[in-house]
Amino acid sequence: MDLNLTPEEEAYREQVRAWLANNRPVALHQRGVVDGKTWVERAKDWQRRLYEGGLLALSWPREYGGQALDPMRQAIVSEELARANVGGVVGGNAIGMLGPTLITWGTEEQKRRYLPKILTGEEIWCQGYSEPGAGSDLASLRTRAELQGDEFVVNGQKVWTSGAHIADMMFGLVRTNPDAPKHKGISYLLIDMKSPGITVRPLVQMNGEADFCEVFFDNVRVPRANLVGELNEGWKVANTTMVHERNWLGASPQRLFDKLMERARQQRRRGVPMTSDPLFRHRLVDMQIDVEAMRLHALRLLSNAIHKRQGGVENMVAKLVGTELHHRMALTAMDMLGDYGTLARGEQSALDRGVWSATWFGSIARMFGGGTSEIQKNVIAERGLGMPKSR
Amino acid sequence: MDFGLTDEQEQLKSGARDFLANECSSAVVRKVMAEESGLAPELYKKIAELGWTGMIIPEEFGGLGLGMLDLAVLLEECGYAAMPGPFAFSAGIAASALKLGGSPQQCQRWLPGLAAGSVTGTVAMVEESDSLDPADITLSAARDGSGFVLNGVKLFVPYAHAADFMVVAARINPGPDGLDFFLVEGGASGVTSRIMRNVDQTRRICEVKFDGVKLAQDARLPNRAELLDRLIDAGAVIMAADCLGGSERALEMAVEYSKVREQFGRPIGSFQALQHLAAELIAAIEPARSLLWYAAYAQDAGLEDASRAASMAKARLSAVYSRTADQSVLMHGGIGFTWEHDIHLWFKRARFDDPFFGDPVFHRERVAVLSGY
Ligand SMILES: Cc1cc2nc3c(=O)[nH]c(=O)nc-3n(C[C@H](O)[C@H](O)[C@H](O)COP(=O)(O)OP(=O)(O)OC[C@H]3O[C@@H](n4cnc5c(N)ncnc54)[C@H](O)[C@@H]3O)c2cc1C
Repeated sequence: MDLNLTPEEEAYREQVRAWLANNRPVALHQRGVVDGKTWVERAKDWQRRLYEGGLLALSWPREYGGQALDPMRQAIVSEELARANVGGVVGGNAIGMLGPTLITWGTEEQKRRYLPKILTGEEIWCQGYSEPGAGSDLASLRTRAELQGDEFVVNGQKVWTSGAHIADMMFGLVRTNPDAPKHKGISYLLIDMKSPGITVRPLVQMNGEADFCEVFFDNVRVPRANLVGELNEGWKVANTTMVHERNWLGASPQRLFDKLMERARQQRRRGVPMTSDPLFRHRLVDMQIDVEAMRLHALRLLSNAIHKRQGGVENMVAKLVGTELHHRMALTAMDMLGDYGTLARGEQSALDRGVWSATWFGSIARMFGGGTSEIQKNVIAERGLGMPKSR
Repeated sequence: MDFGLTDEQEQLKSGARDFLANECSSAVVRKVMAEESGLAPELYKKIAELGWTGMIIPEEFGGLGLGMLDLAVLLEECGYAAMPGPFAFSAGIAASALKLGGSPQQCQRWLPGLAAGSVTGTVAMVEESDSLDPADITLSAARDGSGFVLNGVKLFVPYAHAADFMVVAARINPGPDGLDFFLVEGGASGVTSRIMRNVDQTRRICEVKFDGVKLAQDARLPNRAELLDRLIDAGAVIMAADCLGGSERALEMAVEYSKVREQFGRPIGSFQALQHLAAELIAAIEPARSLLWYAAYAQDAGLEDASRAASMAKARLSAVYSRTADQSVLMHGGIGFTWEHDIHLWFKRARFDDPFFGDPVFHRERVAVLSGY
């Protein structure tokens, strides 16, 4: 156990911190707090600046726009970004999930073609997994892709596809062999969203935004070169994406907790701040302990990666615990704020620019990605603890 | 940066697991439970030979000079095995009290024996009020010539009936600065210990009466500033380590049972209600392990937030152990309620650990204060 950084790592942290101090985005772009269109513009701009500043995807190989730095540098950057409270980037999904998948499974040509533009934000991606009949049971998906010569012809429908209306590309799962057992007939495709035959219909979400969409495919032609991994082996490839998705969504909610505490100190009921209210005081400490546990747990997983230790069930719990904790924090904020919690974005009396109701919605959305909490628990029980299959 | 155990610590851990599997099976635990003294002297001799009793005692006093993290790794295994006897309280808590508060002479007098396992010690803190708040520690230490005389009663003192010495928290005056710690020898005149009947029979706790116990001047521990807090830090980590190992064991037993017990024509472990319960329990245990490692490391490295980290670890692990043990009994069905099945050893031990050296409410409050709430 040694939590000291090397002098080089300390210096690197200082450098990152200084860069962030000098390059803060002028305009706020927290998702849900500003409207969707404004968010995209600002998050795109911010992503380009971060990339130019050398703060994106540090561990990716150099030839694809990365810097081949160790995971520790990446962790330092992530921590500093969270501390600086600067808002997200537009390509978070592609950087967090697709990039690592392509690095593992992509052809040389695919890596050269797609990875650099993921980083610069020149190409925005969406994730085409879920379908009307295939949610938690993703492997039952039915969007069909038939190989005709050196092209796939895709027919079917995806749903809940976040950002499909602004995306240039989709990484998606399609059925290439309807006769094989369900996990064995799936392929992983990269699909140009401007292809003829694609129709995108945004769906209005509970927060009033239209961010996720229905996507219809009508004889859409996709070059065979856009297949990632082997034909009918897409489930394996998707599992790589899933691991990264869970890590990405399970990140420690330290920053949210800090904001919650700031609010709790100011918020008074019967004359005392919430931090002294007999009920909320201990609820807050309880979450503080969980946030700290997740911070340390992430260090443990990072160390396992750096020192090439395999680990076991501890690798599977972060997304479940992290997203549930995020949700609990949002609920605590709502409980603490009373009527103020119900005020919507844009209302002049809303506290903290209406961030709390947005956080509340967001905390629900976050629990679906990479599988619901129930699905996480199935995986932990069956694969982590070796309990007998439930089906 | 490496947030993890060293190879030596991994070896210590797996060595301890193997050793305890052989030497401290549940049959051995039950035998000790049934004995009045609850001491397990043969086992104690063996762990002393392995160096466990000198783990955190400095080399100049005959110990191994290792840290809290090393001890925590061992104690996790002791919790896993539900090891009976005074080990954690003597070689952990009493050793810490002397290390942190004792004079060189006091350390010289007791630490080598503790390290060798030839003597045991204990710490007497709480009283009828069952509180670690300094204001609730009222045992009187009146000045008596150049020495002191103790009067009062301590409760829940682990293994006092067999201890060669006790470190006793007492007051010279009632003011906020009046709290002191004294070394009292086991057989001192005026001291009587009575074993309190307690549901966790893998442990013994005592009521200790001090009736005009005369002490010389040098019985007082010189480094008293913040000693109570530092001892709470040490005790919290020591107990939390037991909680971690016990949680692991209880869940493991429940999961293993769920693979073999069949109902409705299939193993009960295939029922999602039980799967999800088990998943929730392990998802609470693993991050709590990270809290414990950090808390132990923070004490070894002298980090500023060592107290807060200790309280976080104890608050969380107390609660995790109580819940895990509780649910693990339920996952066993009726057999889990029998004396014959072992699960109740951990079920009861969890409840002993939960309040000992501060319950979750006490430690959460401490975190709040230390965080400036
Ligand atoms: C805001 C948002 C953004 C999204 N973005 C995308 C995206 O970009 N791309 C994409 O592909 N998908 C996206 N999704 C879809 C998401 O992945 C699915 O919603 C999720 O996988 C659940 O599927 P479902 O909605 O069909 O629910 P169902 O699978 O119908 O689940 C309904 C309920 O049943 C439970 N359940 C289902 N199966 C089991 C089981 N075996 N055991 C126990 N409980 C079970 C679930 O936990 C849930 O509580 C998004 C969803 C949301 C809310």
